[in-house]
Amino acid sequence: MKQLMKGNEAVVHGALVGGATHFFGYPITPASEIAHAAADFFPRTGRHFLQAESEVAAINMIYGAAGAGARTMTASSGPGVSLMAEGLSYIAGAELPCVIVDVQRAGPGLGNIWPEQSDYNMVVKGGGHGNYHNAVYAPNSAQEMCDMTARAFDIADRYRVTVFILSDAYIGQMMEPVEIPDSVHHAPTKPWALGATPETRDNLITSIHMSTADQAAHNWKLKAKYDQMEAEITDWEEVFTDDAETLFVAFGITARICLTAVQRLRARGVRAGLLRPRTLFPFPRTRIAELVEQGPVREIAVVELNDGMMADDVQLAAPSLRVHRLNWLGGQVPTAEQVLDMAAQKAGQR
Amino acid sequence: MIKHKKPDAFYDTFERKGAGQQTTHYCPGCGHGTVHKMIAEAIDEFGVRDRTIFCSPVGCSVFAYYYFDTGNIQCAHGRAPAVATGMRRVHDDAVIISYQGDGDLAGIGTAEIIHAANRGENITVFFVNNAIYGMTGGQMAPTTLIGQHTLTTPTGRSAAIDGNPIGMCELISALSAPVYVERVSLGDGNRVLKARRAVRKALKNQIDGVGFSFVEILSPCPINWKLTPMDARKWLIENLEPAFPVKSFRDTGTPGAVATARATREPSRPIPDDELVKLLGSQSEIETIDRVTGLPEQRVKIAGFGGQGVLSAGILLANCAISEGLHATWLPSYGPEMRGGTANASVIVSEESIGSPLVDEPTTLIALNGPSIDAFEGSVVPGGLIVANSSLIDRGPARGDIRYCMIPASKIAQDIGFQGAANVVLLAAYAAIAGFPAIDILRRVIPHALKKKDLVDLNLQMVDAAVAFVAEHPVAAPSTAPQPIR
Repeated sequence: MKQLMKGNEAVVHGALVGGATHFFGYPITPASEIAHAAADFFPRTGRHFLQAESEVAAINMIYGAAGAGARTMTASSGPGVSLMAEGLSYIAGAELPCVIVDVQRAGPGLGNIWPEQSDYNMVVKGGGHGNYHNAVYAPNSAQEMCDMTARAFDIADRYRVTVFILSDAYIGQMMEPVEIPDSVHHAPTKPWALGATPETRDNLITSIHMSTADQAAHNWKLKAKYDQMEAEITDWEEVFTDDAETLFVAFGITARICLTAVQRLRARGVRAGLLRPRTLFPFPRTRIAELVEQGPVREIAVVELNDGMMADDVQLAAPSLRVHRLNWLGGQVPTAEQVLDMAAQKAGQR
Repeated sequence: MIKHKKPDAFYDTFERKGAGQQTTHYCPGCGHGTVHKMIAEAIDEFGVRDRTIFCSPVGCSVFAYYYFDTGNIQCAHGRAPAVATGMRRVHDDAVIISYQGDGDLAGIGTAEIIHAANRGENITVFFVNNAIYGMTGGQMAPTTLIGQHTLTTPTGRSAAIDGNPIGMCELISALSAPVYVERVSLGDGNRVLKARRAVRKALKNQIDGVGFSFVEILSPCPINWKLTPMDARKWLIENLEPAFPVKSFRDTGTPGAVATARATREPSRPIPDDELVKLLGSQSEIETIDRVTGLPEQRVKIAGFGGQGVLSAGILLANCAISEGLHATWLPSYGPEMRGGTANASVIVSEESIGSPLVDEPTTLIALNGPSIDAFEGSVVPGGLIVANSSLIDRGPARGDIRYCMIPASKIAQDIGFQGAANVVLLAAYAAIAGFPAIDILRRVIPHALKKKDLVDLNLQMVDAAVAFVAEHPVAAPSTAPQPIR
């Protein structure tokens, strides 16, 4: 039977069935319930929780624990994820698997604790220095907070990458009924990890490649991995796209609002549809291009709580159309009617 | 005496060094080679090579993994103690060495070393202090002496501008958890022998599970000090040692001594999968009912003072929805504004999956106090319902196109014996009027939702009283026709 819980609590339930054994946390609103639930559930299920002295330390504890072969994670919000940028780059360079939850709040700087989706560029494009990507999942419900976190550990181990759960203050704070999966996943054998054993003594975890040739080969290998991820794990949801002339594209909380908006447009006889990326990296750019080139889509509206970060990616996928940017900032979240009003206004500006 | 055979914990050839496989990458007269050898010999002596994990820092010793035939992990600048912590929490029997220089440990990584020490992590830290940044070519380190010339202190370090040299042993030994803190020197042969004993002890402590050990090694950097190797050792003794006293700061890890704090921690042993699944699913015990379909979407705003049970009333409502097999969302106002101020919760209940969880135009407003009805009365959809706590609201309805239930919830709750349950009175009144949630379901959910079980009976009495009140005071239809909903 379903249980009522916050998205943030659902993350921890998902992590446990996903096989996570080590959580290194640091408190920040609006993500703190994840650390609270982890501090409660991890120790009493024989797993490990540690509150780090900073997000910098937390991400480096993850570097160590992931290097030791564990399924490990943390959760934070924008200001904390900024601090983790260094560690995320090293983790990408050393090809370590881990899971990070970002419950987005408004920025820049300290900003406020209300929802924005303005960590999109930081998380989807990498975040730290160097040529790398994270896999990024964008849940839009408490159930997906659970399910995507559970799946994230398999994805992280399969590709040896960081998997982000890019959430927001509403998806994290909102309570919804959640069905907890009843099959528990575990880490595969990791022959590359440091096991403190004779078999793993030769292993080296590093991101240094001193010769330009070695660094180039390593970076091209990473690139091939990201291409493979695009072919294998790109994920999205479509609603009413078969005959949609007006296509809304949105993720997370704004996708929920757009669903209501699209339903109202349909009720008024407007052929509107919604494409909701469930992965932001890899991005469903091929599918968007298909809908534009082969379908009846005549206009695209990208609805985001930032100044058009994902709209840039949608525009790249659909160069023949002018993408409308419907943006809210500062923690303001539109109603479905406000989305429809702005969509009409933008359409009229053409 | 110092052995001339290469320790087993070193690679025979330094294969990762390409062309220079037989040689070190360290400069002539550098102390790193000496310290490496002491550590390798200790690893050999204790027979722990297979379970040793060596954490390389950033700095000249970034390539320590060229030499050590152990597990190796290279860490970001200053972060090795955090990385070692992560490793330690996974592998209880690993021998984990964090090897760091002065810029790494005493500069950029100050927080990580202090907190790893303060947690008493059962790891061994070797801190090589040569009072200068070596790899980047000779800039000021946190341990650079006053007056010492470096590339970034070309006229000598000034206390007024750059601060004073940091004594890390002094800082670490101010904490209670570390069991062994010692500063040694590579100034001459006798000092090297003492250093060797310290390295050995620090490693032994970890193997014995005693706790956090920290050895600072004053080490020459002839190239960046711009001295010959021999002169550099002389300078070390004459200049570094007076600023950084060579001594034992703490040694509570020896057998028989009482450690101030120990890294005693039960190893993590995950519970079996079936127990985990049972634990995570165990909160759901309420019998469900199949309701008659046809419930219009309920968009409920519950508002009042913080502490009136606004959020918990919303959770109760959403839990009832689950028990009736319905979709539900609950969205709180949250954060600093909840502390002492007003609170509100948005609850949506629907037979269909729910889009936006925001309730800007409620079908029902449950107002626990005056400010709440003032704030949200205007937002209720025409034809909607307001259930208001007339005990705390001293005015009547302001609109003619919606229905009102003015119920003295605080007084009813107080009369029954628990004024804090006015929220339940209001919720039950809403249920009695709206037909959702079913009163029977509400009564079944309350015992599960309440943390204080001794209040269950009182809360059930609240439900009965509210139902009786609504029966006696039927809610009138709107006095004016509802406006069409947009």
